[in-house]
Amino acid sequence: METHIPERISDFVNNGELDCEMIYVESEHSALSAALGSSAAGVRSYTATSSQGLALMFEILHIVSGMRLPVVMSVANRALSAPINIWNDHQDSMSCRDAGWIQLYVESAQEAVDTTIMSFKIAEDHSVMLPVMVCLDGFTLSHVFEPVDIPDQSVVDKFLPKFVPVFRLDTKNPKTFGPIGYPDVFMDFKKQQQDAFAVSAGVIKKVASDFNKSFGRSYGDGIVEAYELDDAKYVFVGLGTICGTARVVIDKLRKEGKKVGMMKLKCFRPFPDKAIVDALKKADAVAVFDRAVSFGQKGPVFSEIESAFCDESKKPVIHSFIAGLGGRDVKLDHIELAFNRIIKEKSSITEWLL
Amino acid sequence: MLEIRIHGRGGQGAVTAAQILAISAFYDGKQSQAFPRFGVERRGAPVEAFCRIDDKTINVRSQVYAPDVVLILEPSLIEAVDVTAGLKKGAPIIINTGSNITCAAFKDFKVHCVDASKVALEIFKADIVNTTILGAFAKVTGVISLDAINKAIEDRFTGKPQVIEMNKQAVKRVYDQVD
Amino acid sequence: MPKAKKPEGKLLNLGAVILTPGNSVQNKTGGWRALRPVWNKEKCTQCMICWMYCPDMAIPQKDGKRIETNFDFCKGCGICKTECVFGAITMEKEKK
Repeated sequence: METHIPERISDFVNNGELDCEMIYVESEHSALSAALGSSAAGVRSYTATSSQGLALMFEILHIVSGMRLPVVMSVANRALSAPINIWNDHQDSMSCRDAGWIQLYVESAQEAVDTTIMSFKIAEDHSVMLPVMVCLDGFTLSHVFEPVDIPDQSVVDKFLPKFVPVFRLDTKNPKTFGPIGYPDVFMDFKKQQQDAFAVSAGVIKKVASDFNKSFGRSYGDGIVEAYELDDAKYVFVGLGTICGTARVVIDKLRKEGKKVGMMKLKCFRPFPDKAIVDALKKADAVAVFDRAVSFGQKGPVFSEIESAFCDESKKPVIHSFIAGLGGRDVKLDHIELAFNRIIKEKSSITEWLL
Repeated sequence: MLEIRIHGRGGQGAVTAAQILAISAFYDGKQSQAFPRFGVERRGAPVEAFCRIDDKTINVRSQVYAPDVVLILEPSLIEAVDVTAGLKKGAPIIINTGSNITCAAFKDFKVHCVDASKVALEIFKADIVNTTILGAFAKVTGVISLDAINKAIEDRFTGKPQVIEMNKQAVKRVYDQVD
Repeated sequence: MPKAKKPEGKLLNLGAVILTPGNSVQNKTGGWRALRPVWNKEKCTQCMICWMYCPDMAIPQKDGKRIETNFDFCKGCGICKTECVFGAITMEKEKK
């Protein structure tokens, strides 16, 4: 987890600003295993990773979610090798989309801080009890300097009370964690996870609205965020920092009289089909920006938005743009070009913004 | 919005300069953003860092392609990289140099030469110009105040009163020298 | 969203946690045994190698000495026989 995140956390711990035990490990596989153990012992647990590190955690990702442990983890999104590349895209977390973790993507450093606080409350809700990944763009956010309001501890404590585990590993009152699940029960446990995801969408919204009341900041309803969307005919859909760049393009095109807008997808898991359909159904065309590829398929977000519309009689033309892989800068021009393309094209296109 | 590009060599602290600039702008009540050209840092290799300063929230997240100001920490970079790429006509270029640089490539811009290295060598006994040159930035652009830079320096070097004092001195000296 | 149907008589605690640890003693695996270890007390030196190697902890100790195998849990794997240096354990066909 070699980002500024653990470095700053160890500063906090060293300076006595944060009462927590920092566990030093030899690999990401061990890092998440340690977080799993401490979470099972009833302790609020957190780790951070990126790219190959997340890939190394893959096996433990499923164990944490299967054991229903509310670990929160920052993922500084970066490309997966080969070729060796340390720069930003979403291939790492998108490759883990089926691991049973809630995935929230953020646009700014402030949103990363706020979403991390919200994530504990979402994860630890007894009707949810699912781990959460806070996905922030590697470098673009993980290495940026910008003003951030770090809320007072007392306000956070009021918003986020002590973690109350459902079951706790305790030598005085022993329980068995992580047993074998035979075919006669395994599937029932998986169904429980899936049901928890269905419940989590409502909890995410509730937590986002409570957060707004306590801190005066909001990011849409915690699931999707609209920008100039009400009368928009042409809509940009993206995750993370490119949404900030898209706002600038939208402001410019609006001044030119073009009816453009944005739907920022903050929550990718649970996948908010209904919210997406509601947000996009009035549009003529949609440009979905994926910073990852499902090889042999298309962009993962594009495919899922397509399928969200399969039962709708009226749907916009949905276009797929693959952009910003491995740190390829997504410029204002790229997004403007995409808008101009979808204004012209009558049927769905797939384009790599090379 | 003001967009700034800083050219340096790996190890010279171009990224730190961008960060201190962003913190200074914050102390002047502005919004700011600082980030490196994301790369693999290698000592001596040409590096770039960016800073954006605005009165409103900064949303754009791409790199800086059309800067309003360019800072050059090392004159040899002028031959190594295209330091004026995308720079707006008539925009200021602030160069750390002991000589008066006049070259054809700079004819469309307002060049400010300042011997930050000399000041740094006198004060730090080392050629560290990343904070020093910010004095010239403040004077030339008028965008941030000396006070704000001083506060940012205090922030950056908390617990090192001597370092803070030397940096403040160096910034002030360059501020007074440049025109 | 329909709730997951709880199968009859199945424990479906969150995350598959089992609240009654050690409940494997209820599962008497001795019935799996085809071969039975026969312990020759005369040859036995009480070195405890069999006790250490038994994967089912089916060789109990009393006052620092091994006693007769616990046939409720001995599956008849024969590891004790293989490890015994003194030939004090032999495997015989289980009489049903």
